[in-house]
Amino acid sequence: MGAASSNLVELRDLKVAFDGVQVLHGINLDVRRGEALGLVGESGCGKSVTWLAALGLLPGKASVTGSVRLQGHEISGGTRESFERVRGGRIAMIFQDPSSSLNPVLRIGRQITEALAIHRGLKGEAGKAEALRLLDMVGIPDPRRRFDLYPHEFSGGQCQRLMIAMALAGEPDLLVADEPTTALDATIQAQILDLLIQLRAETGMATVFISHDLGAVSQVCERVCVMYAGRIVEEGTTAQLFSEPRHPYTRGLFDAIPRIDGPRQRLIPIPGTVPNPKHLPEGCAFSPRCSRAVEACRSERPPLLSLSDGRQLACTRPVPAEERAGTKSKVAEEMLQ
Amino acid sequence: MTALIEASDLVRIYQIRRGLFGRPHPVRAVDEISLAVNPGETLGIVGESGSGKSTLGRMLLGIDTAQGGEVRFEGKPMPPLRTPEWRALRAKMQLIYQDPLAALDRRLTIAAQVGEPLEIHKIIPKQHQAARVAELMAAVGLRPDQAEHYPHELSGGQRQRAVIARALAARPKLLVCDEPVSALDVSIQAQVVNMLRDLQAENGIAMVFISHDLKVVRNIADRVAVMYLGRIVEEASSDVIFQSPQHPYTKALVSSVPVPGKRLEGRVILQGEPPNPASRPPGCAFHPRCPLARDICRALVPELRQIGDGRTAACHVVTGETAAIAA
Amino acid sequence: MIRFIAVRILRAAITILAVVTFAFVVLRMSGDPAQVMLGPDTPQESVDAFRRAWGLDQPLWIQYLAYIKSIFTGDFGVSMRDKASALDLVLQRVPATLQLTVPALFLKLMIGIPAGVYAALHRQSFTDRGVILLAVFGFTIPSFVMGLLLVLIFAVILGVLPSGGQDTWMHGILPTLTMSIGGIGILARFSRSAMIEVMGQPYIRTASAKGLKWRDVVWSHALPNAAVPIVTIVGFMVGSLIAGAVVVESIFSWPGIGRLLVVSVSNRDLAVVQCILLIIAAAMVVSNLAVDLLYGWLDPRLRSVASH
Repeated sequence: MGAASSNLVELRDLKVAFDGVQVLHGINLDVRRGEALGLVGESGCGKSVTWLAALGLLPGKASVTGSVRLQGHEISGGTRESFERVRGGRIAMIFQDPSSSLNPVLRIGRQITEALAIHRGLKGEAGKAEALRLLDMVGIPDPRRRFDLYPHEFSGGQCQRLMIAMALAGEPDLLVADEPTTALDATIQAQILDLLIQLRAETGMATVFISHDLGAVSQVCERVCVMYAGRIVEEGTTAQLFSEPRHPYTRGLFDAIPRIDGPRQRLIPIPGTVPNPKHLPEGCAFSPRCSRAVEACRSERPPLLSLSDGRQLACTRPVPAEERAGTKSKVAEEMLQ
Repeated sequence: MTALIEASDLVRIYQIRRGLFGRPHPVRAVDEISLAVNPGETLGIVGESGSGKSTLGRMLLGIDTAQGGEVRFEGKPMPPLRTPEWRALRAKMQLIYQDPLAALDRRLTIAAQVGEPLEIHKIIPKQHQAARVAELMAAVGLRPDQAEHYPHELSGGQRQRAVIARALAARPKLLVCDEPVSALDVSIQAQVVNMLRDLQAENGIAMVFISHDLKVVRNIADRVAVMYLGRIVEEASSDVIFQSPQHPYTKALVSSVPVPGKRLEGRVILQGEPPNPASRPPGCAFHPRCPLARDICRALVPELRQIGDGRTAACHVVTGETAAIAA
Repeated sequence: MIRFIAVRILRAAITILAVVTFAFVVLRMSGDPAQVMLGPDTPQESVDAFRRAWGLDQPLWIQYLAYIKSIFTGDFGVSMRDKASALDLVLQRVPATLQLTVPALFLKLMIGIPAGVYAALHRQSFTDRGVILLAVFGFTIPSFVMGLLLVLIFAVILGVLPSGGQDTWMHGILPTLTMSIGGIGILARFSRSAMIEVMGQPYIRTASAKGLKWRDVVWSHALPNAAVPIVTIVGFMVGSLIAGAVVVESIFSWPGIGRLLVVSVSNRDLAVVQCILLIIAAAMVVSNLAVDLLYGWLDPRLRSVASH
């Protein structure tokens, strides 16, 4: 991987357990300055928990271990204050359900100026002026008139814009967007994705885009991590993963999505269901659902290893590189054996 | 072929009060909709929230009564709600909706729930019931040992299977599915969609498949109707409608579907949000967001009309030949 | 807005009328004031004279209409016992009752709400469990038991506080305590569950995620939301400021409205009982109205749905 200095955030061996049940099994992840990284996986894979844990936003019953470094400074394991210094100002986060993520009894203007006051010391008229600029930037029409409205007076899509404006208030180095478009209608989804892409281009902030929607991720991100049952199973550039997925799970996810073009074929589902974190299968957690699994997969868990093409993969019997794209990366195959 | 279910000029108006002191405001949730579904056919209905697609689904079943127009099932008008005739008819038309946990009774085993319609509609003799329940569960891919499980012991996908098994128990001729796979993960969603397709093929059931997910609808439906603010704006076979959408709204909708591996460039991104159904724009309801809108669109509501072989659209601008130019 | 308030006031008036009517009928069906006032050995002529003097010989509906008419002219009748204006008699007692209930309400708010909020913010801690336990204790023990218990401890065993009467401020301590303990328990429990619910909401996570200090998250984001359910309970407590002391006043022989009510009921002193019930109903209805208006102020969403 690149030099340590180019990494904005480094997660090392991040583990999370709820009431003794481990849901995150040691995540190692780097976010570089200004990059857009996607986190993909089905419900319960730990993609949201990873970032809630990194920012100390999980409820008290969660036990979090491991290291979270922001430009080399450790922020996890510290006090509440050490998280508070990072949140909003360095790393901001927006969530899946925008309507319930805004405080229903506070005017939206106040919710944004509050963030401006903490992070940039803007108060009074200066704060209001900047808040109006942000509202305009995220595409809220007629912000001056709507400054004093309450969240329930906005649609879901507009609430997500408000959340984004609030996130921008701290001029963060990283925006973590946790399923930001899942609860929205198709045409509004497209608007929000477009806005996220445009804002990243304008501000240069890094983006972590958490989603179950591979399509949305591929629009926003340059690099993608695929997670399954609390672990990263494959990581690479969007182009790599989408043209030539190597992990059977990544491949399975692609195959399961119905297509908007081409012939209307029968879908190819992944058999079985996501395992219960309380009773994870032995060996590779995906092995019971994997068509390529062999005996070894059921007893030994493959580690996440770097391949020669730059991607990382945790699989004993990956999908052969030729099968989809015909590029010969035998090296990778051999490396794993 | 005569249609299994046929709706003509359906209207459903809700009274909505805005604000504490506001006066009731009529909202046309479903506005003069006509459609027909043939035996064994699947009609997909797509639209965003507030388009009235769920209300339309409930009206087809007679759960929401129409304030205008009528629904005919097998050529006969729908009997009034909660009469014995309506109940008998309801056995032939079943509803499956998004949240299977809400559809199931927490206190009953899966087997008991799947068998319930058999008892209510007295479909088969009691001694054959257990065998039929086992057969239904096998048909939707549930294991025999799950018969004695309770809903909370199953995963989301398995619960939806149980709901579908129950719906099939009465040997319906029509299934109305309202967002049946929206709450499921992609890998499980594919399982359930395949299963619905198989069951339909085996039993010749007609289906109305309501969803906001264009990709799923395209996969499962033979024909697709696109709704916007209570009206159908375009209808065509699912092969052509996604390939060459004609109505500007359908175009934007199709274009908004993120395709894995493709960047956002060149996509039609609609400005603005769907208007509040309570304050419907005059003329074509889509005109404030439409890139092609002209004066006539602001004044006159466009009627659905033929724009090609077996396809209709409600647009002043797009009509047959001009469609090519607009595209 | 005006229409909303007008409707609520009309509804309140109907409620009060219903209470008054109910009291009127029940009181007259359940006993004869003449018998009670004059004693069992009074000659029939005196009884008849008494009845005629107070209009009790008229049919019930005529008495009722006369009563309603006089209420509207501000005349709440005359006490059969003291021959004085019933309203004056009742109003004389109000300060004594408020001397107990207002400090008790203050205690409930000052202890109950902070204890509940603190417990919610430190869930599963020792303090939390302690608060739950004491709260359950507080509102499951009936006030007459609690009163006697306190008397036993502080008056009989320790001998530090008087057990009854109204002579000094010391006399007010035990009745006030007795009345507040149950309310503290109820408020603590309600505040705790309201706060736990709010702290689990996504907007609280948002407030933390934007970098607010923990105490600001609690004070300016959580508490305003938790206030809605708490206000409901507080409103009820304010409404019962006048009526809430019946049992306690009897235990501690405190000359407030509660005791007047008990005495007047047993004497069948119709005008006084009706006057008290009317005031109690009015207090309840007014506080309910205030709570409804407060809801709208606290939660902007309710401003638009309250009419449904």
